[in-house]
Amino acid sequence: MILYSARRAALMDDAARAAPKGRSLAADARRRLMQNKAAVFSLFLLGLVIILALAGPWFISHDYETPDWGALRSMPSFGNGHYFGTDQNGRDMLARTLYGTRVSLLVALIATLVSVCIGVLYGAVAGYVGGRVDQAMMRLVDIMYALPYILFVILLMVIFGRNVFLLFAAIGAIEWLTMARIVRGQTIALKEREFVEAARASGQTTFGIILRHIIPNLTGPVVIYAALTVPEIIVTESFLSYLGFGVQEPLTSLGTLISEGADVMEVMPWLLGFPALFLVSLLLSLMFIGDGLRDAFDPKDR
Amino acid sequence: MLAYVLRRLATMIPVMFIAITVCFFILRLAPGGPFDGERPLPPTILQNLAAHYHLDKPLIEQYLIYLGNVLTGDLGPSFIQEDFSVAEQIAIGLPYTFVIGGLAFFTAIIVGVAAGVLGALYQNKWPDYLTAAIILIGLILPNFLIAPILQLIFGVELGWLPVGGWGGGSWKYLVLPIAVLAWVHAARISRLMRGSMIEVLNANFIRTAKAKGLGERLIISRHAIKPALMPVVSYLGPAASYLLTGSLVVEQIFGLPGIGRFFINAALARDYGMVLGTVIFYMVLIIFLNLLVDIAYAFLDPKVRTR
Repeated sequence: MILYSARRAALMDDAARAAPKGRSLAADARRRLMQNKAAVFSLFLLGLVIILALAGPWFISHDYETPDWGALRSMPSFGNGHYFGTDQNGRDMLARTLYGTRVSLLVALIATLVSVCIGVLYGAVAGYVGGRVDQAMMRLVDIMYALPYILFVILLMVIFGRNVFLLFAAIGAIEWLTMARIVRGQTIALKEREFVEAARASGQTTFGIILRHIIPNLTGPVVIYAALTVPEIIVTESFLSYLGFGVQEPLTSLGTLISEGADVMEVMPWLLGFPALFLVSLLLSLMFIGDGLRDAFDPKDR
Repeated sequence: MLAYVLRRLATMIPVMFIAITVCFFILRLAPGGPFDGERPLPPTILQNLAAHYHLDKPLIEQYLIYLGNVLTGDLGPSFIQEDFSVAEQIAIGLPYTFVIGGLAFFTAIIVGVAAGVLGALYQNKWPDYLTAAIILIGLILPNFLIAPILQLIFGVELGWLPVGGWGGGSWKYLVLPIAVLAWVHAARISRLMRGSMIEVLNANFIRTAKAKGLGERLIISRHAIKPALMPVVSYLGPAASYLLTGSLVVEQIFGLPGIGRFFINAALARDYGMVLGTVIFYMVLIIFLNLLVDIAYAFLDPKVRTR
């Protein structure tokens, strides 16, 4: 056995040296993504925003909830160390904006993760099992599609009240519908392929086939759609916070900041401007990255 | 055609039923209630309140009572605004929401289709780029960000338009809310329209029309627009439902007295009767609008009817 695997390793080594280096799907996609100028720029912008949001608070001397009584309603200035100014309570806007970006990103990640898990599993099972099960499962998706999504979220909000992270797990649990449809379609195409048939012939269980063979082959569409889900959830979170349902004081998110800033934009425009700038950079870059990924994984579908 | 409509209606009944059931139980299973005020009420009064709203009965019985009432069109009482039933509050808010939503709907269609046709005719020339840039703004900026910016520019700096309020329905008060509500949908419609228009303009029957010597204007208005409109029509159903939910935010920002504000205030105050009633009303409305759009689609595309 050991001999055999050593021989095989040697053979593969030979093959690797002799044959031209094969290009995997992922490598191909990466190359195409890197040629897309808007996507590359967006990756830089997104990286910058994420680094600022994660590392920034360590480098500034103010925190997001402590008032600076000597600088209430301060304009952005280098003199007093409030580079983005302060709000009515003298809290540093730079710290608040960075903290709000953190919360918005975290919430989006949680909700996207939940939606991907549910959507992929649901769609793969429906598509692979097929028949009556598939029909019943997809009918449920159709019904949930007919319900107005925001209303449902507000309903959940009334129930989960102030626990933000639980709430966004719940948003993710509603947001999986489109993912399930996409995955189901792909699965139906995949399950007729030879390698799935081989797995079936070798006696794998249905669930094993779905986990080992179907889901890994769905990576492309799932990654694309997950990338498009993140900005959608950031907007939903901001929307809810704007209406007063989302993140509560003293914790903050971009939506809460924009909502507070919009009330006083005539006298203190910096309270609206900086959070808006961060939100727009996030949405813009995520959208271009999502589009870029779609073009990169599926160049025909333009 | 009638059979098609009836079949569509029949599929809507289980959807409605499930939706009402889910909403009812979600709300009732939630901890806390509308009577948990700052000052706790005396237990006897609480008992009376509970008896009045049937809250003392078993959950399943409450559900059956509610379902029966909804079937007869009675959405029940509001728990917080005691003087108004849910239906009365909806009736007060509905005209405002309809005016704003309806006008935004038609604005989005007209602007979106016009921009899409423009983009397709001047593909990769400056009118195309200009519309694409305006579209991008609508797609990226959420409406709660566009609204304050427009208020700041047109209301505060230029002073052309009022920043909020209903103002007796004068057009000046309607411009900004409608622009905010319609923008993103105009953007999506114009994207769909541009794509399908380019496809249609390359089709064989358009080449035939050109070969026949028809003028470009006639080709576009007589032959190209109708088939190119199909994807737009299929987007109108979802658009109508997005417009209704979008009006939540727009009514809040511009201080308009529509249903959206009632709904949000009710949700913040945990007025279960009102929340449930409004959600059910919205769902019926959306399902009905979707049906209308599907019927319109069937009229335009005979292939759908026979399916």
